[in-house]
Amino acid sequence: MDILLDPVWDALFSPFAEFAFMRRALVATLALSLSAAPLGVFLTLRRMSLLGDALSHAVLPGVAVGFMVSGLSLTAMALGGVLAGLLVAAVAGAVTRFTTLKEDASLAAIYLVALALGVTLIARHGTQLDLLHILFGSALGVDHAGLLLVASVATASVLALALMYRGLVLETFDPVFLGAHRGGVPAWVWQQGFLMLVVLNLVAGFQTLGTLMAVGLMMLPAVSARLWHDTLPAQLLNASAQAALAGMAGLLLSYHCDTPSGPTIIGCAGALYATSLLLAPGGWLPRHWARPHRVA
Amino acid sequence: MLDTLVFTNLPRRFLLASAAALALLGSPAHAADTLPVVASFSILGDLVRVVGGERVAVTTLVGPNEDAHVFEAKPADAKTLLAAKLVITNGLGFEPWAGKLIKASGYKGQTVVAAQGVKARHMEEAKGHTGHAHEELDPHAWQNPNNVAMYVRNIAAGLSKVDAAGAATYQANAEAYVKELQTLDAWAKVQIASIPADKRKVITSHDAFGYFAAQYGVKFLAPQGVNTETEPSAKQVAQLIQQIQREKIRAVFVENMGNPKLIAQLSKDAGATLGASLYADALSTADQPGATYLQMMRHNVTQLVAGMQHN
Repeated sequence: MDILLDPVWDALFSPFAEFAFMRRALVATLALSLSAAPLGVFLTLRRMSLLGDALSHAVLPGVAVGFMVSGLSLTAMALGGVLAGLLVAAVAGAVTRFTTLKEDASLAAIYLVALALGVTLIARHGTQLDLLHILFGSALGVDHAGLLLVASVATASVLALALMYRGLVLETFDPVFLGAHRGGVPAWVWQQGFLMLVVLNLVAGFQTLGTLMAVGLMMLPAVSARLWHDTLPAQLLNASAQAALAGMAGLLLSYHCDTPSGPTIIGCAGALYATSLLLAPGGWLPRHWARPHRVA
Repeated sequence: MLDTLVFTNLPRRFLLASAAALALLGSPAHAADTLPVVASFSILGDLVRVVGGERVAVTTLVGPNEDAHVFEAKPADAKTLLAAKLVITNGLGFEPWAGKLIKASGYKGQTVVAAQGVKARHMEEAKGHTGHAHEELDPHAWQNPNNVAMYVRNIAAGLSKVDAAGAATYQANAEAYVKELQTLDAWAKVQIASIPADKRKVITSHDAFGYFAAQYGVKFLAPQGVNTETEPSAKQVAQLIQQIQREKIRAVFVENMGNPKLIAQLSKDAGATLGASLYADALSTADQPGATYLQMMRHNVTQLVAGMQHN
């Protein structure tokens, strides 16, 4: 019995049993999988898959102001980052609401301006420090506070998503219907609420796990979950499951194969995506086989 | 008002020359008579200030607490270079950007490589990449005060070349400072000697202390290579935790740049205590404990000894 189970234990569980940093990395990754991956599904539905990347640059002016006000304080820089992210998302949302621009276009414009502002602020202040490098974390360096942050944001996000679900679905698929339905909650509340959730998840993710992990766990499982199911609830669950699987597999691979953890986890999510592209109902092979074969 | 204040602190000869210049040209005396010198980073800037005294006005390109590895030149830096009479770099590959910047600025004057003549060490590659040629030099030679004696003599020679009138002053300043360096070296040796040889081990996030390690017999273990951008694997972190526990190291230090999160968390996991910042590549600002080279070295030695006492 032991001869059979020992290798399994060594391969799958002993890294987590032995090292606290592995456990914390796993818990942070699972928490992010629960909240960020479903948000990612909504982002892909709204054609805003690249929001995460944009936002990782858009927080820079806030981080810079935080640094200028209270020096190399992580709390101040983190707070500045959250505020800058929320502001960028709010402005992008408002522009979409009041002009003919779509969400992705207005976001692209505002994030570039924010990035330019951030670089200028840092240059004017005369520091050569890479502030984002200092502020942004890595999966292996998750501390107690970071874990608490990710867990709180994940809990709040899942609850908020449950409350907002109906309105958000309507706003995403049929904004005209929602607009025509007088007397209810106005549509911009859903849009802004959703963007705030996304910003909170991303910024918490940047600071605890790093940019690649935060954006990667949000978007890759979401994109590949859409290949598997037609219904939204199934897509949301699938995205969370894929993110969690990629997180656990990636951490173990990083441990056993001596590879950097963040890129390995995202690589695992990428492998799941490639599998989905081939085998999922919406992927290439099933569609290829399902095509009616016409004979003359 | 300002001129009188300045005059009271200046040597008599300088005052006379300034007064003459003032009378002839009517220009502000204190600006006309100092030699504009550019030093590549804060530690060199401090040394030039010591050797040059009041005859030179030093500008540093990479300031206190800033990382020379990721320095990006601004147009103002090229302007500063162009106005300089002497440019001083560390050498040994510490400022790979310096050659390009000097060329681009159009600066045609003298340059001094401060580490000229220092017995260079090679970068230690701790991760065990076998078969890899260890060509890269370790530029952090200032971590050994005896090398800094060489630095200040090089600086004095360079300054004398562009300002022959001050040669004697530069020489005297440099030799006086070399005495202080010798005192520092002797003091550091006594301090380190208070720790038993087998307990002289610390963990730090930057392997900038190769020269220090060789001089004082302290073993520095690093979780990451000198390149602060590489992301470690879970295996490396696990091995380091095991190593800390196996060798019973409790002294863990973060230097004054780079990502401190990982090492802070790692030391906590391994049951070690996190020491104060060490200054490796840059001086601190004036309100922090490493504002000059001598202060920086004393701070580092004191902190290292305090940390190693827990080993």
